[in-house]
Amino acid sequence: MTAIDDTSTEPRQSATASSIVHDATPVIVAGTSRARTLFDNLWSPAVFGAFVIGIWYLVSYGLLDEQRRFLLRPPHRVISEGFLKWDTLSELLLALWSSTKVAAIGLFIAICLGFFLAVIMSQTKVVERALFPYLVTLQAVPILALTPLISFWWGTGQTSRVVVCVIISIFPLIVNTLFGLQSAERGMHDLFTLHHANRITRLRKLMFPAAMPAIFAGLRISAGLSVIGAVVGDFFFGKGDVGIGQLVRRYANQLQGEELITSVILSSALGVAVFLLFTWLQNKAIGKWYDGSSGGGGA
Amino acid sequence: MITTNAPDKRTTAALSFHNIGMTFPDGTVAIDDVSFDVDKGEFITIVGPSGCGKSTLLKIASGLLDNTKGTVAVDRDRIGYVFQDATLLHWRTVRANVELFAELHGIDSSERRHLAQDAIDLVGLTGFENHYPKSLSGGMKMRASLARTLTLKPPVFLFDEPFGAVDEITREHLNDETQQLFLKEGFAGLFITHSISEAVFMSTKVLVMSARPGRIVAEFPVPFDYPRHPDIRFEPEFAKLSGEISHALRGSHS
Repeated sequence: MTAIDDTSTEPRQSATASSIVHDATPVIVAGTSRARTLFDNLWSPAVFGAFVIGIWYLVSYGLLDEQRRFLLRPPHRVISEGFLKWDTLSELLLALWSSTKVAAIGLFIAICLGFFLAVIMSQTKVVERALFPYLVTLQAVPILALTPLISFWWGTGQTSRVVVCVIISIFPLIVNTLFGLQSAERGMHDLFTLHHANRITRLRKLMFPAAMPAIFAGLRISAGLSVIGAVVGDFFFGKGDVGIGQLVRRYANQLQGEELITSVILSSALGVAVFLLFTWLQNKAIGKWYDGSSGGGGA
Repeated sequence: MITTNAPDKRTTAALSFHNIGMTFPDGTVAIDDVSFDVDKGEFITIVGPSGCGKSTLLKIASGLLDNTKGTVAVDRDRIGYVFQDATLLHWRTVRANVELFAELHGIDSSERRHLAQDAIDLVGLTGFENHYPKSLSGGMKMRASLARTLTLKPPVFLFDEPFGAVDEITREHLNDETQQLFLKEGFAGLFITHSISEAVFMSTKVLVMSARPGRIVAEFPVPFDYPRHPDIRFEPEFAKLSGEISHALRGSHS
């Protein structure tokens, strides 16, 4: 078959689209416009940040007198006492590393277990129906109410912290993976049925790839939750390797406001870093074909 | 696999429906007593109002649905079935999508690649092998879907209103290409559409189906020689036949 009108126009459109990236001249245009968008995106949060810091100073110096200033130390003190004192910072970074390890192990276990359960549930309706109410219930239990029980069973060390991470982060993984596995369109399933594909082939070539966007959405949520789990577990159990949670507790007890705020900032930075890591991984893994911007699938 | 228990003369056809009836579990009678054959080298189009069971008939032919009455005789191992939607797998490039069926049939990768390239060239998607579906237009997606089915070299080709979602110009091109594929591959074609002009342009025979329960109420052989030029649509004979079919279709609505 020879040239057909609409194929000959369609290629042209996509050729223009890609030439913006490859041509030398347009890159400069794109470069300045990128700088422009960056500026547009940054100025408003920067202004708001400055506003918040202004309020912070106002509270520290205007509302609080000398004796009560420990309630909210001014920003420059947080920087000089928390971030610029190597003793404090090294202690915090070490604790952060310990919490990161706990969160990573917890997340890893949650991923394995979550995938396994989601696959089983996707293959057997009875199992899905049997497990789902309990998973929702587990999700609804406040993690702090569970921590005493966890410490009864697994002690107050590393294991218990990992268990907290698993419990807190597994739900979005199961739900998103299951949702993703069930998201392949009916027509696509029909194709596999027509060509006599078996269960494994269908799972491997259809359901898993179709589930990827939802799986990544789940991963990004769960990774953040796992960091929270690691900090909360450490805070509550307060034994073993010193993590951020134990430091938070100590700083609070000793009224070390600067260090306390520093540890809050560092642990949220860890959460953000983990989220960005998984966003990056998602773009690497499925960015080429997936064009949803929000990540699909919700828990 | 030949699915038949009617050992009569009909089994010589590539696809044969014999007294097909379909009643859904909720009691809806979708199809009632439909019988016809599609021989190799025949291109039969069914036109009918929405919901008259046209698509159901294709699902029965392919084995996606089991009919409640009658028998179907067809070789289901290499049946070609193009859906209303292109149903391309988003995570596969055009090439990988086109290779899918050969992959599911266990054909080795070099042979697969060869088959896919031939089919891609045939539908005019050469140069788009590494594109993902998200960057294709509706017409191109449909071409990729056709190419995917062509890799099987199916003796029986089912089309479930495949060009309903593309614009008129693209649709006419696709009609022309489908006609050329039919002439080149010589399959037995069964095509479903709402468009009378599309039906007359491509088919050897047009069947008119009535609304629920679906029955074949009229049959129009199309006398024009192949290959048919797109401008045949403006010939008086074409208009006359289209008018008759349209009339029969209106009758089937009441």
